[in-house]
Amino acid sequence: MIDVLLWAPLAFGLVGLFLPRRAVGPWAVLGALVTLGVAVGMTIGFDSGDSGLQYVESTPWISGLGVDYSLGLDGLNLFLVLLTAVLWTGGVAFAAFRDYERPKTFFFLMLVAETATLGSFLAQDLLLFVLFFDFMLVPFYFLFGAWGHDRTAEGGLTASAATLKMIIYTLIGSLLMLVAAIATAIISADGGHITFSIQALQEQGVGLGSQRWIFWFFAAAFLVKMPAFLLHGWMPDAYRAAPLPALAVFSGVLAKVGAYGFLRIVLPLFPEATVEFQEIVLVIALASILYGSVMAFTQTNVRLIAGYSSVAQLGFITAGIFALRADGSDGAVLQMVNHGLVVAPIFVIVAILLERTGTEDIREMGGMALRAPVLAALFLIVALATLAMPGSSNFVGEFYILNGLFQAKIVFAFIAITGVAMSAYYALRLYQGTMHNRKPEGLLSREIGWRDAVVLVPLVLCILALALYPQLILERTNPSVEQTVAKVTGGPAPNSKLATKNEESGWTGYAPIGDK
Amino acid sequence: MNFNEPHIDYADISPLIALTVGICVVLLSAVFKPFKRSAPLLTLVTLGATAGLLIWQWDDPKNLITGALRLDDLGISISLIAVMMAAFCVLLSIGERATEEAGSGEYHSLLLGSVMGMVLLAQATNLVTFFVALETLSIPLYILCATNLRREGSLESGLKYLIVGSIGSATLLYGMAFLYGGTGSTGFQGIAAGIAHNGLDGDPLILIGIAMAAVGLAFKTSIAPFHQWTPDVYQGAPTPITSFMAVATKAAAFAVFLRFFEVALGSQLDSWQPALAALAAISIVVGNIGALGQDSLKRIMGWSGVAQAGYMLGGVVVASEAGTSSLVFYLAAYAFMNLAAFAVIVARERETIFGDDIRSVRGLGAERPALAWPLTISMLGLAGLPATAGFIGKLYLIEALVEGDYTWLAVFIAVGTMISLAYYLRVVAAMWMRPERETVPGGSPAIAGASPEADPVDPEAGRRWYLVGPAVIAAAATVFFGVIPQPLVEFASHAGAALF
Repeated sequence: MIDVLLWAPLAFGLVGLFLPRRAVGPWAVLGALVTLGVAVGMTIGFDSGDSGLQYVESTPWISGLGVDYSLGLDGLNLFLVLLTAVLWTGGVAFAAFRDYERPKTFFFLMLVAETATLGSFLAQDLLLFVLFFDFMLVPFYFLFGAWGHDRTAEGGLTASAATLKMIIYTLIGSLLMLVAAIATAIISADGGHITFSIQALQEQGVGLGSQRWIFWFFAAAFLVKMPAFLLHGWMPDAYRAAPLPALAVFSGVLAKVGAYGFLRIVLPLFPEATVEFQEIVLVIALASILYGSVMAFTQTNVRLIAGYSSVAQLGFITAGIFALRADGSDGAVLQMVNHGLVVAPIFVIVAILLERTGTEDIREMGGMALRAPVLAALFLIVALATLAMPGSSNFVGEFYILNGLFQAKIVFAFIAITGVAMSAYYALRLYQGTMHNRKPEGLLSREIGWRDAVVLVPLVLCILALALYPQLILERTNPSVEQTVAKVTGGPAPNSKLATKNEESGWTGYAPIGDK
Repeated sequence: MNFNEPHIDYADISPLIALTVGICVVLLSAVFKPFKRSAPLLTLVTLGATAGLLIWQWDDPKNLITGALRLDDLGISISLIAVMMAAFCVLLSIGERATEEAGSGEYHSLLLGSVMGMVLLAQATNLVTFFVALETLSIPLYILCATNLRREGSLESGLKYLIVGSIGSATLLYGMAFLYGGTGSTGFQGIAAGIAHNGLDGDPLILIGIAMAAVGLAFKTSIAPFHQWTPDVYQGAPTPITSFMAVATKAAAFAVFLRFFEVALGSQLDSWQPALAALAAISIVVGNIGALGQDSLKRIMGWSGVAQAGYMLGGVVVASEAGTSSLVFYLAAYAFMNLAAFAVIVARERETIFGDDIRSVRGLGAERPALAWPLTISMLGLAGLPATAGFIGKLYLIEALVEGDYTWLAVFIAVGTMISLAYYLRVVAAMWMRPERETVPGGSPAIAGASPEADPVDPEAGRRWYLVGPAVIAAAATVFFGVIPQPLVEFASHAGAALF
């Protein structure tokens, strides 16, 4: 079952290479739908009370090197897998209704990217994770570079230069992560049999001295991917270059792999280092929130507004994880799904707007709502979800995150709260700038057709469904999250030895670990 | 003093006999008119027989000819890589002007001669066989580099290689003299015993010998700072020869590097380990930075070869079974990746007027997907991206390095790989991304005398089976061993187990 989930997209993609040009789009949609069906089936069959791995699959892959092909689902990745399947279906469907040059290669790469992304979520072997994590970049490199837009006229980069920048940035982290992953396994093995199994490595543990540098090697990979403040240099160029269907899934899912990596790998494998560097990561997270929000205020390109808002949102998610409280991480997982579900529709809407207005500049847009009320209504839901309107699932996510942060580091929580307020500004600015105001001369304004609606409406319905019942995710996530956070804090009610250390240093600590 | 005839088991040296016979037959075939065109075929038959005989000896280690050679899995695996590269070189040479100009029989018998040197070198366990094998390998290559007689670059390349190679050999020989002087033995085992017996641990005599031997081998494997010849020679030589030289020479030289340093000089680990690690690091940095500004694909491959040699040297540095296995694995992967790249370069050289310039592959993705995919896979593999043998190779090497307490060198590899993306992906981008601004004239003859590369063009070169075939096979192997690496890992671990 889990194998089917992982390899179905790739299999469909390969077959698609041999189909006639016109059939390849619908075929790819079918592939994404099959994957989605499998993912939904697995979600239904998921035992929500179990904190351990389910649907486990494990066979030796390269036995000489101790690498296993091992997959599994638990509360941490279940909904991220589902999110991947949902967004890819949307992205592929959106592209299938349009003409792309060399469609066979395009859809092949899209589906390869889905397998790679699912692989990095499902992998339960450290090296397999690194492999998929790196491999995700390859299809996106081609998608962005070959089907992207050159921005030389606006003083930007060509598509290939922008993607090169992206790939070098992200691989700095990834390659260091490869070294760190191998070091983790070898240090843990301590001369014995080398294994990369995340489960086994958790039990073996690594000394604090090694944890320190290994932590930063992993953190570098994850923070670049998000991207976090100071490591986001690749983002504006890549976002402007990317073709929109690919960007929708990229922004919706790939950024989350970084945050997920912290939960899956860094917290359980390097608990001491996590506690030691908690505040540094929190500072980076807060800086991302503030910087991302402020940049989102001032950008005029709608892609970049969405891009910088992602920086801010990912900052929130990171802060939630590094609160090192079950609540914060619960909220982080929920928020990862929420953010994926709002940012992908935004890019789909951007694509729809681009087709009508021929511009991505928010100053040249406006007045769309008059002629296109359905589009406007859909966009409004997405915008309100982005700003975490009470009643939306994003509200619940942010609430959980802030709740966790309040318990851990109250000063950080106060600063993070400003991010909530700021998100209202950029989300509404984006909505108003495109939908309200007076319609500029010569702007085409028409309602969305059924082709766009079949992509957009299901995504918006997902947002609404989660708004009504966020418990769907929280219930299934919580057991695994508690277990993960307990690896760091020593228990759901924190009382470990690590805690005392935190108490001494924590001038920001409101209720330091160890209270109770 | 009486001379004892050594016992020779002819079955064990049968690969060498096959090659010797092959050399003679191929050379003579060119003389007789009816067989004039059969040199490539005869060469392939010889190589096939050699490979078969080598595989026959697999997993049965023994000393040959009173310890002059040692036939073990390390030697056999490296020999197989060399034989494979030579076989593909024969295919790529079909229709190459160099073979016509130099004479097909001569060209191919020189190639076989070089292969024989490599097979010998991979098995050498004695300073004398070591040196003789090294020269047997090198001298045919000096000539082969210059076989494109009418091109200045080719002659320059041959001469440059001759001069630099001779300096390398001389340095190596000088180092050997020191080691022989100190230990009184030419056998690798004897040297190890001599060092221990004569109390030469850390003796300057030995250290100078080690340093000079390392420098000599660094010349052959194009380790920086002894690499200056590499880009020029790679660019000037006929491209099939470049592809052969880039991998096979490196493989054979690394085999003896391993054997010499780990068997003969194993006790001096502490003195040569840090030095070689430093050389590896320098090579990684120099090679990767040098490749950045290059426009010639062959020069890019040359500089990248310097960097890759730095990665591979890591496998020698750690002096462990894992290190040796990872090095052999990496060499095998490197062979496939290089082969795919060079096959495409050869095809485009004949197809376009741009020679080996990066412009020759512009727009290849749309024009010739059967060539574009192999080159793409090769570049991604050399850059160490997942789902290629290159990734597994790097993983293997890094694992060996971390295990051997050389984590810093592993970090160097990671950083070097990152830099290397800039030039490998430039090639990929040229194929897939840059819109064609100028039309690439396929068949139309170039303006007379416009450039020395404006050779007679074969507009169908991109469809020739002997060019597309190797490219596709090598690329498929790169992906296959990236996804199912187990067979190659086992092959390599056999080789690793031979030394330790």
